[in-house]
Amino acid sequence: MGEPAILELREIDAAYGAIRALHGLSLQVKPGEVVALLGPNGAGKTTTLRVISGLLRPARGQVFYKGSEITGRPPAAIARMGIIQCPEGRQVFKNLTVGENLWLGAYRLRDPGRERRNLEWVLQLFPVLKERLNQRAGLLSGGQQQMLAIARALMAEPEVLLLDEPSLGLAPRVVEEVFEALARLKAQGLTMLIVEQNAEKALGLADRAYVLEAGRLVLADSAARLRENPHLVRIYLGR
Amino acid sequence: MHAVGSLEFWIQQMINALGLGSQYALMAVGLAMVFAVMRLINFAHGTVMMGGAYIGLLLLQRGLPFPLVAAGTILGAAALGVLMERIAYRPIRGAPDVALFLNSFAVAVFLENIAVLLFSPRSRPFPMPALLTQVFHPWGDLFIPSIHLWAFGGALLALGGLAFFVTRTRIGLAMRAAAENPTAAQLMGIEVGKVTLLAFAIGSAMAGLAVLFWVAHIGTVQPGMGFEPVLKAFVACVIGGFGTIPGAVLGGYLLGALEIFLQGLLPSAVVGYRDALVYAVLIFLLLVRPGGVLGHGEAERI
Repeated sequence: MGEPAILELREIDAAYGAIRALHGLSLQVKPGEVVALLGPNGAGKTTTLRVISGLLRPARGQVFYKGSEITGRPPAAIARMGIIQCPEGRQVFKNLTVGENLWLGAYRLRDPGRERRNLEWVLQLFPVLKERLNQRAGLLSGGQQQMLAIARALMAEPEVLLLDEPSLGLAPRVVEEVFEALARLKAQGLTMLIVEQNAEKALGLADRAYVLEAGRLVLADSAARLRENPHLVRIYLGR
Repeated sequence: MHAVGSLEFWIQQMINALGLGSQYALMAVGLAMVFAVMRLINFAHGTVMMGGAYIGLLLLQRGLPFPLVAAGTILGAAALGVLMERIAYRPIRGAPDVALFLNSFAVAVFLENIAVLLFSPRSRPFPMPALLTQVFHPWGDLFIPSIHLWAFGGALLALGGLAFFVTRTRIGLAMRAAAENPTAAQLMGIEVGKVTLLAFAIGSAMAGLAVLFWVAHIGTVQPGMGFEPVLKAFVACVIGGFGTIPGAVLGGYLLGALEIFLQGLLPSAVVGYRDALVYAVLIFLLLVRPGGVLGHGEAERI
């Protein structure tokens, strides 16, 4: 595929103080692709998303978006460019209503027309939110909050959607629902980079995957081939 | 004075309570907004009021008509708040809450001393126009100082406007989001720094409005005048539920009502201890309901 990447990391080193979290990480996401970022706890997956979103400045290396460098830009600016992150642990605004959370998702658009259209779109994807528009988001169940977090991110019309552990803390049935919604989004052509500990679910959705271990890239391949890879299967799927 | 318990007595107390409560609510709201966005108990909140009052006084001495003096007080307070945020608080934004609080003490002391240098420590009179100081005498023993009506009207407009702003505008909502979770807010494209600045500006403007009524009551300005207002604002916030705008408003009116009714009902032998009793009530309230009246109510899923 000769298409240029919409998102690219080159030789990223990142650290929290003295603790090095990423070593020379390079990865790419092409438009329309779903890419999974896998690995055990502490491998640096969340750190990777924090670097992309501008929450952490890398010590070395560059982040490119649509061919221009965005390394070190402030998080709000990066979000406004269309890179939208659905952070770990949902992080919905608990004291605000579901409707207010969604409205805020569309903040970068500054366009009431698009807000309305996107609201219709996300409520269609997640009907459970429709009846709860005036409820405080803190009262929703974990699964509903995850739907809200994704819906909120979608309100921004992301060009690239970053998802950090969407299955975390959710019951298997709920994880099913969430990934079904993500599959529908993939079919609509949304570009996604998904960080997941649940390798099985992630590989079922993704086109390609990267595997991190202790801050380094150890595997990069198509999702189909990785499902068959003994190294990966042994470590992450527990078989 | 009227007989305690007569109709005029209760109407009188209610009007006084609404007037004083409005003043306290306006002061408390500014403190609550700053705490909400920055986790800072801004001890210099009263200093902002003092600064606004002196700016108003300077404009008054230049012969400007009172509406402009009032506008100058409010805008001056807002400008002072913005400067404070940029110079003293923003640079240490990530620091522990205690550091921010100590900085606010430093700002308060620093500005008070600047005021002493510029204006001398003695009180200066701040004459108010007759429109604000007149007293209506509708019947019998009932006297209605118009300042209470102005304070209530002003608070209604200002607080009503604020309520609309934080619930129905994009930026107001962004402010609430930034207050709750600045990281998640940034990921939506909200510039938390700008929103914080706006919270300071609005909160300080509210305090600027409140100081007009404060000065109408005491008639003078002096460099140390900020201490008592910030204390009252803090107590009001704690009573109502600390760090929230509804809590600040409710706390302001409750504190005003408490002070007025104790003043009116206590026998003359102990009325001098009114403030001690106010604080005793506060302690009791916090023992029973540590979160304040509007404190943590509903359960939350994590």
